[in-house]
Amino acid sequence: MNLKISALEFIEEVKTGNISVEDFISATIDQIKNIDEKLHAFLHVNPESVEQAKKIDKKIKLGEKVGSCFGMPISIKDNICIKNSKTTCASKMLENFTAPYDATVISKLKEQDAIFVGKVNLDEFAMGLTTEFSAFGPSRNPWNTDYVPGGSSGGSAVSVSAFECVASLGSDTGGSVRNPASFCSTVGYKPTYGLISRYGLISYANSIEQIGPITRTVKDTAFLLNIISGLDPNDNTTIDSGNADFLTDIDSGIEGKKIGVIQEMIGDGIDPAVLSATNDAVSKLEGLGAICEPVSIDMVKYSVASYYTITATEAGSNLARFDNLRYGYDLPLEGYEFNSYISKARTKFGPEVIRRMILGGFVPSAGHAGKYFLKSLKVKSKLTKEVNDAFTKFDYLVAPTVPVLPFKIGEKIDDPIALFLVDINTVIANLTGIPSISVPFSISNGLPIGIQLLAKQNDDKKLLQAARALETTVQLPEVPI
Amino acid sequence: MTKIGLEIHCQLTKLESKLFCPCKANYRDNEPNSNICPICMGLPGTLPRLNQKAIEKATLIAMALNCSTPEKIAFFRKNYFYPDLPKNFQITQLNIYGDTSIGGIGEITIGEKKIRITRIQLEEDPGRLIYEGSSSKNQITLVDYNRAGTPLVEIVTEPDFENPKQVRDFLKVLSDLLENLDVSDPSLEGAMRADANVSILGGNKVEIKNINSFHDLEKAVHFEITRQESLHSRNIPIVQETRHWDDQRKITISSRSKEGDLDYRYFLEGDIPWIKIGIDVQEKLKSTMPESIVSKKERYVKNYGIPEQVAEVLSSDKYYSDLFDESHNQTNAKEISNIITTDLMGLADTREKREQSKLNSSHLSDLADAILSGKLTRNSAKNALYEIIKSGKELSTIISELDLGNVSDKNKLEEIIKQVMLEEPQAVEESKSNPQTINFLVGKVMQKTRGKADPQLTLELLKKNLD
Ligand SMILES: [Zn+2]
Repeated sequence: MNLKISALEFIEEVKTGNISVEDFISATIDQIKNIDEKLHAFLHVNPESVEQAKKIDKKIKLGEKVGSCFGMPISIKDNICIKNSKTTCASKMLENFTAPYDATVISKLKEQDAIFVGKVNLDEFAMGLTTEFSAFGPSRNPWNTDYVPGGSSGGSAVSVSAFECVASLGSDTGGSVRNPASFCSTVGYKPTYGLISRYGLISYANSIEQIGPITRTVKDTAFLLNIISGLDPNDNTTIDSGNADFLTDIDSGIEGKKIGVIQEMIGDGIDPAVLSATNDAVSKLEGLGAICEPVSIDMVKYSVASYYTITATEAGSNLARFDNLRYGYDLPLEGYEFNSYISKARTKFGPEVIRRMILGGFVPSAGHAGKYFLKSLKVKSKLTKEVNDAFTKFDYLVAPTVPVLPFKIGEKIDDPIALFLVDINTVIANLTGIPSISVPFSISNGLPIGIQLLAKQNDDKKLLQAARALETTVQLPEVPI
Repeated sequence: MTKIGLEIHCQLTKLESKLFCPCKANYRDNEPNSNICPICMGLPGTLPRLNQKAIEKATLIAMALNCSTPEKIAFFRKNYFYPDLPKNFQITQLNIYGDTSIGGIGEITIGEKKIRITRIQLEEDPGRLIYEGSSSKNQITLVDYNRAGTPLVEIVTEPDFENPKQVRDFLKVLSDLLENLDVSDPSLEGAMRADANVSILGGNKVEIKNINSFHDLEKAVHFEITRQESLHSRNIPIVQETRHWDDQRKITISSRSKEGDLDYRYFLEGDIPWIKIGIDVQEKLKSTMPESIVSKKERYVKNYGIPEQVAEVLSSDKYYSDLFDESHNQTNAKEISNIITTDLMGLADTREKREQSKLNSSHLSDLADAILSGKLTRNSAKNALYEIIKSGKELSTIISELDLGNVSDKNKLEEIIKQVMLEEPQAVEESKSNPQTINFLVGKVMQKTRGKADPQLTLELLKKNLD
């Protein structure tokens, strides 16, 4: 069974009867059994996958209506709720939490007969960009298992890259979908804020994060967006995309389009290989008929500081509910006054979460808010203005997704500042609410490099057209697993 | 000079559902933790789902209290850990970063006294803690989340009250107003709660928290003024502090908790986008806004010649004014207002009595018409009303069942009058010199007819017979 096919190819193969869903799912589960011990993408594999596949095969045989996913195996980041399955956020705090409801994206995919083969690894509560902060151990990069796969949606990118599923859903707060997509050579998409419902995504920094697909191709991302986007009464921040079909006209190309090359993202600190790949990407975009010009976005230099201040503040509030009183893990209540109980219970958080909780308690506090939190909000609004100004001149912006190549596991885990800087190119899309995509572009010394394209708010369809155009110029080697 | 300011918490009990989820706003009479869902339990991944009706009801309150209403409103998070708070933050409103709460500065006049409103905000009520166990050693705390997420409106006043009576007058007007707007039922247990701040001349401001009814609010304020005055007279300084109202002992006690020092780390609730309440929405609300108590009162006086005092009573109670407005016409309006304010008030003065009453508006108009046409005496009407409330039967049925119809048959009445005159020769004699005595004889006739004699006719016939 050839597992190395895209989502759209999978659907075609099932529709034409070339493969059965059961065979494909069984082979997928075998693949997970064979290689995941090494990669650790999965926290939990769905034991009913094959049974679900059989049911879909039966529906196809009987000529009954089948959802548009046709039993496609999808992995789900373990901070998105699936009814009656464990949702741990890769934290000991939620080790025993079973979600009693489906996230909106999950109900939508269920309706279309997707099969959730398992829940995949992440940095605890999505805080991190290497997946090393998972309480259940790091995931490994399929391109070189000594290297980090990126994060926080590391499990998602690894599972797609290593053919343990056809597509995955991650979440992107500051690059958490695009960063691992870049490191693992997959497509990673962060939509316009509000395009996809967050209902059922366990919040980290709710005002800027989005669920996003991780796929093998840009078209697969467009296909998934068609299913999971749209207004949701359970998420008041969702926007009406007017039933946009992201797949039609995806091959429109970018001839005559103006693209700004963000100067602040190709300067100091960039790996020469990444810089060279970026220049190459700009040439290719020009070759496709686009007009590329440098653009400066001054506020980029403050964006990471602003990002960490805002996310820590929101995280401090969002994670406050984990007090172990209503759900969580076993810790008897007897003998505690409630404050001491909550303190005791919350020691189960890992070091990175605790670091950000402390920061989140401090930066918005009375007497400090003006210097940190409120100032960060100012940076956010100035940055948004600068970015919007840039889009009056340009259709798209382009930059490397991550300024550095994937690094070794353990290499930067004790250096938070070095880690924070890895986020520098991705956070602006979150702070400004605009859509952004990472497209696999090249391989340097066996390690992947992704190129990031950005468009203005609600230009998701247009952004996918540019990403698709860039994708057609790229030929990459196969992942060495 | 004594200064008193209030923070009043009023549940929007007339709403169907909670502020951010589909659970019932009426959490009362439910098994503990049965009126809950993933959203109001703050389960991981859930988001608030704003109840638009709550925005409308709260805006109505703001408009009725003459508050400014911003074009856009926002919600904020108030962060603190407490077991009755499922998310460990409360979604509320704030005016620190611009006027974004549902009502801004306003004022209301009570008699001659102007009370300024600082702001009105919409927020979620927490759950409830129930303590069990006899001593502190084996005490356990139970949490019931049925109430968590109930829509609550907080009305904050400036420290404009000078004495407990002004507080009481304000609370009366406010309760009537909230009931009249059909946003809340102030008589429900826990629907109205309050905090107060009290300072006397030369002393510091003291906050009193935890006052669970309007009735106790006046008492708490009174107690606190007395306590502060007593300290002041003995030259003991009044410290700035937070005190709790002990509703068992009816005293305020100093709180050891550091509630006042908590840093709530307020910031914008990103899960609820800013909400526009444009002029058009306000105009629409205004057009659906129930008639104000003041306007009702004026209308009753002007259109029907109902005396001021009666109109006041009638208009300030929504139950009475609704009954009146549904039942009256130009001819019987005054009579109906009499029935309501003299007879009905004693029979339907509590929530339970009102709920059990089978009276409807057509009963009232039937009663008034019967009195006006002379079919029933006022006295019999009162008896009939009592029966209607109990049974809900038609007035005509009750008249025949209880034989309440007027004795207006001239011959029959004349017969009774003659009998009375025979039995009371002394009064008959006296009436010739003292016309007042005739009332005694009317009374006797009434007694004999069990109140059913037409009083006008009786008087006429008596006079004729005495001559
Ligand atoms: Zn609920």
